Order: sequence, then structure tokens, then C-alpha cells
Amino acid sequence: MTVADLQSAGEARRPAIDVLAPEIMDMAFGLIRVLDDEGNPHGPWIGDLGVDELVEILTTMFTTRAFDARMMKAQRQGKTSFSMGSRGEEAIGAVTATVMGAHDMCFPTYRQASYLLGRGRDPLAMMNQVYGNAADENLGTQISGLYTSSEFGFLSISGNLATQMPQAVGWAMAAKIKGDPTVALAFVGDGSTAESDMHAALTFASTYTPPVIVAIVNNQYAISTDEEVARGSAQTFAQRGIGYGLPSLRVDGNDVLAVHGATSWARDRALAGHGPTVIEFVTYRGSAHSSSDDPTRYRPEDEFDEFPLGDPIKRLRLYLQNRGFSNDQANALDEQIRNMIEAKNEEAEAIGTINTGERPSLRHTFELVYETMPPHLIRQRQEAGI
Amino acid sequence: MTNTDESAGPISKMTMIEAIRSAHHVMMERDASVVAFGEDAGAFGGVFRCTEGLQERFGEARCFDTPISELGIVGTAIGMALNGMRPVAEIQFADYMYPGYDQIVSEAARMRFRSAGDFTSPIVVRMPVGGGIYGGNTHSQSPEALFTHVAGLVTMIPSNPYDAKGMLISAIEANDPVIFLEPKRVYNGPFDGDHDKPLVPWSKDPRGEVPEGYYKVPIGKAAIARRGDEVTVLTYGTMVHVAMNAAEITGVDAEIIDLRTLLPLDLEAITTSVRRTGRCVIVHEATRTSGFGAELSAQVQEECFYSLEAPIVRVAGWDTPYPYSQEWEYFPGPQRVADGMLQALKG
Repeated sequence: MTVADLQSAGEARRPAIDVLAPEIMDMAFGLIRVLDDEGNPHGPWIGDLGVDELVEILTTMFTTRAFDARMMKAQRQGKTSFSMGSRGEEAIGAVTATVMGAHDMCFPTYRQASYLLGRGRDPLAMMNQVYGNAADENLGTQISGLYTSSEFGFLSISGNLATQMPQAVGWAMAAKIKGDPTVALAFVGDGSTAESDMHAALTFASTYTPPVIVAIVNNQYAISTDEEVARGSAQTFAQRGIGYGLPSLRVDGNDVLAVHGATSWARDRALAGHGPTVIEFVTYRGSAHSSSDDPTRYRPEDEFDEFPLGDPIKRLRLYLQNRGFSNDQANALDEQIRNMIEAKNEEAEAIGTINTGERPSLRHTFELVYETMPPHLIRQRQEAGI
Repeated sequence: MTNTDESAGPISKMTMIEAIRSAHHVMMERDASVVAFGEDAGAFGGVFRCTEGLQERFGEARCFDTPISELGIVGTAIGMALNGMRPVAEIQFADYMYPGYDQIVSEAARMRFRSAGDFTSPIVVRMPVGGGIYGGNTHSQSPEALFTHVAGLVTMIPSNPYDAKGMLISAIEANDPVIFLEPKRVYNGPFDGDHDKPLVPWSKDPRGEVPEGYYKVPIGKAAIARRGDEVTVLTYGTMVHVAMNAAEITGVDAEIIDLRTLLPLDLEAITTSVRRTGRCVIVHEATRTSGFGAELSAQVQEECFYSLEAPIVRVAGWDTPYPYSQEWEYFPGPQRVADGMLQALKG
């Protein structure tokens, strides 16, 4: 199956939250869509998002796109080592950030900046991390873009793929043991579903049925390879969940209302004690994998423009116009956000970049290995002259 | 050895298995966030019975069986720790640990560092190590150096019931990830390397006298298993008892140091002894090349070079996979350790 085999907006049914996996097996092969090409909502997944909430989501998406573009520019200017954007997939993080509760926990990949921004993280703090400057709250220990924020329920991003998946399941198992009304949201890319961690995560999710949402972001590419390399003979990634007996949905990831509806449904299920849900969000990686690759070598340059699910920002703007938030208002918001990002970037650069200004002390490198620095590290720190 | 803290309760004779079980019991009683799990660790109580009775006492939510997935066991343990629990995960044999190694190395060990202390991963991963049970190459390995090479891990290995319990309690309370290696050949008694002799049970050994309550043996502190003047033997786990036997065979007045915690290492205990004896033998079951003995040898050389009267001797497993029917020819038994001691004395 390809994204070309689309269900039309409004066609997918909305099952009860206590549904059993075998009853909705077809939904792993379909596609939940709410917004049609004219920005009109259809069907049982419409939900009740108000204009203010939608504008808040649009704000996060604009912020993410401007932030990503500015950080990529900074990388090209040699001010940071590395940059990874999420152009085209901003809706998934921006929307799920509004669905999850204050004490829920997100287990992200490196392409969920929109989740962190949507939760309220200051872009300046993220820029300081990207630049590894003296104000970096990560104290220079982690590479550019692999943020952490316990404050906003966002696990430290690992550079190793899919390792967060069994951790999310374990976090949710703990929630279930403690009786906490909280849910884990675990993101994984289409390519990384091939890691053994994914099988372990789904097996444990299946065995212990903890409150976890397993969100597979299918953005069509794993660096240079097409999603089918990891998908193999399966028709969809959502299909993976069926073998584990988990209700599995396939969702238009560029449709704000579909993402909101499906994630809310899965979270309600989890909170009601009905266990995990697997969701495949279908989207498109509009950016390069990272600042280190050249996508023109493996895909047509205009492919994003041709993507049948479109650009999530354009689609939300169109819908908002139908709800009375005009194109001019959206343009003004976008410009205001770009200016905000530019101003914050100036502030961050003034503090320092990877090669200008002060850096966090190397002492943190020694201090952050154990709770208490053991004798051999004290000696090595002294040897390092600090 | 003697417990001075009366709050630790009355003394019972315990095997190392019972002492480990007791540590779980004490900690699960004290702290509702402590959970224990692993393959067959629930109702069955683990293949070595170290978690026996815990499910019955504390319920299926706090002591449970897992699917056969070391990756899943370690990965979910980290997740539970991130959510305020203190998981004690059992890997059935250290030889099965490798599928979980990425979670241990790339995740548990680095969580504090990579998040600048924003998140931590206080897990304990227990696993039986070492040979002596005809387990061949998949049930006999001693992978301690694979853990001591990893910044951010604490690696411990007890040699007797009293230490096992006190060390495991320290491990569970630690806010860093701890690899807890259990030398399976001494689970039931202080095996001294003579496999033809009947095993002396822990009930006949003072180190099998274990307080029933809460006490700790600190992380990072070695113990002197035997005081002596002629040569320092650095060892741990099963080989502590084999070295004691070797000292008896040879009549060498060896000072045998039971390292107990391999990382962070009690360098002071090591250097104090080696500077006094001037001779050093390092003994472990693990293979020799790049084994933990190489690190010990380097540190002794760096710290005690001018006190050394002879080259440092290493007695270790041969650099081969662990064999099956040739177990007792392969195992670094008392005669090989004795030869090592004599070599260090000759210089």
C-alpha cells in the first residue's frame, strides 16, 4: 500500500475506546482523515477544537518551521555542528503536545521539536543547546538538537534509534503499577521500527497492557532509503501492531484534526485502562534528513509539492480560513513568529555559538557521570586541569 | 564481617541465594517503588531461586515474569526508573545479557550525562556469572570488563552471603545504574576450586551468618579476605575462595583482597597492600586479554612501581570460549593460582 491509496476525509469510522484489536484490523490499512482538500472537516473524528486552540497549534507549527530554518542557516554559517529539521511533519508534535496531560511523558525522536515547542519550551533555551553555549542548560554534554526537558515531560533524546520505545513501555508499566492517571507517548520513525527495541517494546506493551501510545511517524524516508526498506512485505507500519494484539490506527499525519482525534482516542483508551494503541502517522519529511545529507541525490526535488497529503501548515491555514481566521491574520502571525525567532537567535548568538563565546566548563563532563564523583574521576578531572 | 548494627536484626544462616532474596525482601518491604522481575522471576522465583517468594509476598505487580527479551527487560527497567521506581532486573545468565547491552551502555549509563542530570536511571541489573557448573560457553562467562569499561555504570560482585545482601541493598539505594554480578558457583557454598571435594555449605561458614534486616555494605570498598605479608592477591567473586585455597596449598602468606566493587575501584585498599608486600597477583575467571586484570595491573604499576619487587602476575581464563567437558582443565583452579603466587615470590 502507498499513500496514494487514500481513504477520503470522513470515511474512517470511530470505534469505541474499549474496542478489541481484531475488531478494527482494517483501520491499520486505512487512513483516518478529517480535512478534505478544500479545508472542510468530515466524519466522526472532527472533534471540538476551537479557533483559539487551532491558532495555538498553528503558532507551534510556524515556530517550529522558523526555528528549523534558522538553525539550518546557523549550521551553514558554521555556528553549530549539526541541524535536523522537521519541515512537513510539524503537525504531529504540535498537536499531540496539546493532547497529552501535564504529567504525561513524551519519549521523542530527534524530529519532535514541535512537541517540545508546543509544550511551551522557550526556543531560546533550545538555541542555546544547539550552540552549546554558556547558557546551554544541557551543559554541553549532548549534541545539537537532542534536547531534554523533564519540566515539559520530554525525555532526553537519544542519538541511538528506537531505544526510547521499551523505556516508554516501562514508564507506562510503572504508571500502571502506581495507579497514576498518566500516559506515555513514544515516537519512532518508520526506519527505526526495524530495530529490535521496537519488537521488545511492542511485546512488553502487549504482555502488560500499560498506558502507552506507540506513535510511528512514517515520513517516507530513513535518511536516503524509502520507507519500504523497513516496511518490507507489510502493507503498512500500523499493521505491525496487529501481530501484537494491539489496536492499531493509520492516520493522516498532516491533518491536524485527524492527529488530534486519533491521539485523544488513544489517550482516553489508555486512561480508561484499555491499554496501548499503535498509531502510524503518515507524513512527509520535507527537509533533508539532517544538515549532513543532500536529498537531491535520492529523491526528486519537487516530491514534497506532489505529496498527496500536502503540507500540514497550508492545510491548517485553509481550514482556519473556513473557521474565520483569515489568510492575512495567518501571515501576520507567521511574520511575528519569524521576527521572534530572529530576535531570540540574535540573543543566543550573543551568548555564544559552537565556536564563539564561553562554553560550559569541562568540569560538567566529569560531574555528570555519577551522582557523586568517584575518586578516579576526581583524579582525571585534576589531570585535565580543572 | 560481624554486623555491629543491631537494627539489622537477628542473624540467620543463609546461602548467597537466600541472602540475595533477603535483600530483595527487605528493600521491597521498606520501599514501595522497588520492583523485581526477569525471565521466570515471578511465581517460579528465578532459575536460581533468588526471587522465590517475592511474588507471593508482594503481589504480581511488584515481582513478575517477563517475556524472554533482555533488551525488553533492561529497556523497561530504565523506563520504570524514569518514572520513580527502583527496578531490580534479573538477567537469567550474564551470557544472555548482550541483547540488553545497548540499553545498558547507551541509555542507562548515559542518561544522567546526556540530560545534564535532568533524568537518571537508577536501575539494578543482576546476573549470574562465572563457570563451574558445566555450563559451557553460554552459561559460564565473566563479562565484568564489558561493564567496567563503561562510564556511568557501577559494577559489583560479591563473594559471600553477608556481602551479597549488604551490597545489593546499597545497589538498590544507589542513584546510579548498578551491574550486580553474582558468581553462581558460590551461590551455595564457598567453592574453593577443588571440584572433587564435597561443597562446604555456607551454613558452615561465618560469612553465611547474615542479619535478617536492613544493613549495607558500601559501594567502592574492598575487603581483606585474608591478611598476609608476602604477596597481595587482587581478586573477586568465586576466585576469592580459590585464592584462599591456593594460599593454604602453598603456605604463602598472601594478603587476599576481595575487591567487591570493580568500578568505582577501591584503589587505596590495593595500593596500601601492594606497597607493603611488594608483590601482586591478579586473579580472575574472565579471559585474560583486555580483562579487568589488565586494568588492575596498569593501576598497580602506575601507583606502586617503586614498591614492586617482582613483575605483576595475572592468573586468568585462557583467551578461548568457555569449554564444556574440559571445564576443570580450563577453570583457573587453586594450582594455577598457587603457581602464580610462587612466581610472584620468585620474581
